[in-house]
Amino acid sequence: MNVSLRVWRQKGHGAHGSFQTYEARDINPDMSFLEMLDVVNEQLILKGEEPIAFDHDCREGICGMCSCVINGEPHGPESKVATCQTYMRAFRDGDTITVEPFRSRAFPVLKDLVVNRSAFDRIIQAGGFVSVATGGAPDGNAIPVSKEIADIAMDAAACIGCGACVAACKNGSAMLFVAAKVSQLNVLPQGKPEKDRRALRMVQAMDAEGFGNCSNTYACEAACPKGISVNFIARMNRDFAVALLKNKPA
Amino acid sequence: MKLESRIPSGPLAQKWDRHRAEIKLVNPANKRKYEVIVVGSGLAGASAAATLAELGYRVKCFCFQDSPRRAHSISAQGGINAAKNYQNDGDSVYRLFYDTIKGGDFRAREANVYRLAQVSSNIIDQCVAQGVPFAREYGGTLANRSFGGAQVSRTFYARGQTGQQLLLGAYQALSRQIGAGTVKMYPRTEMLELVVAEGVARGIVTRNLVTGQIEAHSAHAVILATGGYGNAYNLSTNARGCNATAIWRAHRKGALFANPCFTQIHPTCIPVSGDYQSKLTLMSESLRNDGRVWVPKRKEDCGRPPASIAAEDRDYYLERLYPTYGNLAPRDISSRAAKRVCDEGRGVGSGGRGVYLDFADAIGRLGQKVVEERYGNLFDIYKEITGENAYDVPMRIYPAMHYTMGGLWVDYNLMSNLPGLFIAGEANFSDHGANRLGASALMQGLADGYFVLPYTIGGYLATLKPGATLPLDHPDFRKAIEDVAGQTRRLLSINGSRTPDSFHKELGKLLWEKCGMARNRQGLEDAIKTIPKIREEFWRNVRVPGQGEDLNQALERAGRIADFLELAELICVDALTREESCGGHFREEYQTEEGEALRDDANFSFVSAWEFKGLNGSGRWDLHKESLVYEEVHMAQRSYK
Repeated sequence: MNVSLRVWRQKGHGAHGSFQTYEARDINPDMSFLEMLDVVNEQLILKGEEPIAFDHDCREGICGMCSCVINGEPHGPESKVATCQTYMRAFRDGDTITVEPFRSRAFPVLKDLVVNRSAFDRIIQAGGFVSVATGGAPDGNAIPVSKEIADIAMDAAACIGCGACVAACKNGSAMLFVAAKVSQLNVLPQGKPEKDRRALRMVQAMDAEGFGNCSNTYACEAACPKGISVNFIARMNRDFAVALLKNKPA
Repeated sequence: MKLESRIPSGPLAQKWDRHRAEIKLVNPANKRKYEVIVVGSGLAGASAAATLAELGYRVKCFCFQDSPRRAHSISAQGGINAAKNYQNDGDSVYRLFYDTIKGGDFRAREANVYRLAQVSSNIIDQCVAQGVPFAREYGGTLANRSFGGAQVSRTFYARGQTGQQLLLGAYQALSRQIGAGTVKMYPRTEMLELVVAEGVARGIVTRNLVTGQIEAHSAHAVILATGGYGNAYNLSTNARGCNATAIWRAHRKGALFANPCFTQIHPTCIPVSGDYQSKLTLMSESLRNDGRVWVPKRKEDCGRPPASIAAEDRDYYLERLYPTYGNLAPRDISSRAAKRVCDEGRGVGSGGRGVYLDFADAIGRLGQKVVEERYGNLFDIYKEITGENAYDVPMRIYPAMHYTMGGLWVDYNLMSNLPGLFIAGEANFSDHGANRLGASALMQGLADGYFVLPYTIGGYLATLKPGATLPLDHPDFRKAIEDVAGQTRRLLSINGSRTPDSFHKELGKLLWEKCGMARNRQGLEDAIKTIPKIREEFWRNVRVPGQGEDLNQALERAGRIADFLELAELICVDALTREESCGGHFREEYQTEEGEALRDDANFSFVSAWEFKGLNGSGRWDLHKESLVYEEVHMAQRSYK
């Protein structure tokens, strides 16, 4: 198959960017979208042009590094997959495909399709952990966790931290990402002692990074490659409200 | 050079406890006066960085990804072993130790493996305390499953995303320290040189992958936890960015490389579909708990739809050849068995390089819902890649390069032969011998980072004066910076007619053919002649566009491929020198009548530790041997029949 690509090219942070058109010829439908970009890049290198910069690593949908908006949708047309698991069979011969970086105030573009998502790391650093140092942990079975609770925690923990939720949100909100981590740790008995502090600090850090407010459109869940449920946002809002009331200055 | 393994004396079961009791300690008030560099933020790197910072050391941690959470440990699917014996099925530290030694075909260091089995239990406790959502039984206790090479159920798991969850646990512990200011994190930063002054590791030189800035970092100790070198084969289950550059540059600076030919081919991966392919995707070994592996008995049936082939016309070859372990035979054995049936012309799928992994019986026995709960995400991945629904038709799988047991040589303290340079996780050679068992990589990475290095590195630091590190304007730092800048300039100036990836593909194909699942003298000699030619052409004809002072992914890849082009030669030299078959190293000349690996304990029960001598002469490496002395275990021919 043959497709035309309209790709966002931008020299660096703050530079002026624009769409450039490239033709991808004789593409095998079984290629992944990123393998198609590899082929285009090989041709660009041979022509002496700079290849398209894009983030990727594991190429099996778990590391969360890949981050393209394809035809207006973060991670492309297929539901519940990352960019790296999007295959060319999802497109038709002759299609024009528009490829952009994840766009959000909190994710500045570094080059072409590469953005800086370190804001997510700083939110985790604010409270996305259980404060337990190595050594001295009790026996694993000394902390029983019902299967139902373990399953809820795992559903939330499946987040790959890619940022598609932010890119999909018209407000550029990180609520789904933050809620997934708050919920995972707050439902587990291990996370209970820091439940309030975690909710307060992570929400505060999220706001400080310049993410917008929740739009309540659920675009985040629709774009999430792991299908993380917006119910976790409700859970976090409750934890946050309780924490706020309990910690209200006298 | 004499290799000092520094294995503590005394009975095997007491070595680690005794050693810990005797290691010199660093005064708590002095710990903040020591700086430690950790390169890599996977299970081993993140756990080491977090734990060392918790202890009070000042830590700098580096990763090439945009966040430490993305290290390739995240892709591990199936689980992590621990000798908890929660299932009451006869597991023990000794049994985990023995299974690991035997699984490694008696080519691992006994004392290290015993220690690994001992601390395995602590890892589970630590991860549970961090909030890792392991699978649970209804009663609230931890669930287990079985993995290859073991007859007990000792594998802990978090759906099919165990590596992700363990890594996020370590990442969160690391994030807590970054937030507290005890670890300084350098994402999108690649180590390009080790700085060695008077034989001691004193720091590293890095390149900022966004700005291209080359920087030097000085420290009292350097830990490399940068993973394996499976990507030398180009197509592997490793992430695209995985590379050997950190360990290779350390090797060029004097660190010995041990057992490079011990590479693991994983039996259950999605088969190659075309030339454009950039990586191979693993289907977790845990699938072999419930999936049955088969090919048609007759070649003529290979093209037929699998459902139309009657049970009596199918060859469940693993169950036939290895009735005791069946579909859970170890990886090296299962991979070779798959190669054999495909070589006989009985492979399935396009190109005939594939075997079926069939869940029809499991779905009939357990119902689709249970199978979905156990393996749902793996079935999803399979469908995304192949477009086929494995609930209806059997998966097609074929072996692929997956893990490297070899790595930089370390002593019992995980220190290389260069004082001050420590190696952790897959990057070292220490625990898996010639073959790694499933669910043991996660165990080893976390053992090294949480429970071994934090003790042993203290013993080294206690011998140094606290405070000043080597100044950054020291001649050895200046030279290392100039070397890195020089290589960058050179790569950008060649302006040839081939892309970096084209060399990687050429090298990978050669390695897979000549030094893959089966090796022989002729093939290895050919490869050793061919690789320097590819290397020569690379440095004459590669084309790397763009600038050095910029985000330049072609430049990054070119540098890594340049290192693979050297490492690949050493892999083949080691494979040629080891005239026996053991674990993942299968020399066709050395096999039993049934086609199993034939070890030669009299002549080859040693660790090959290679010293780099320069690429220009004919003797590019010198071989040093550490003989493997087994005090506890009797070396036996490995049988899974």
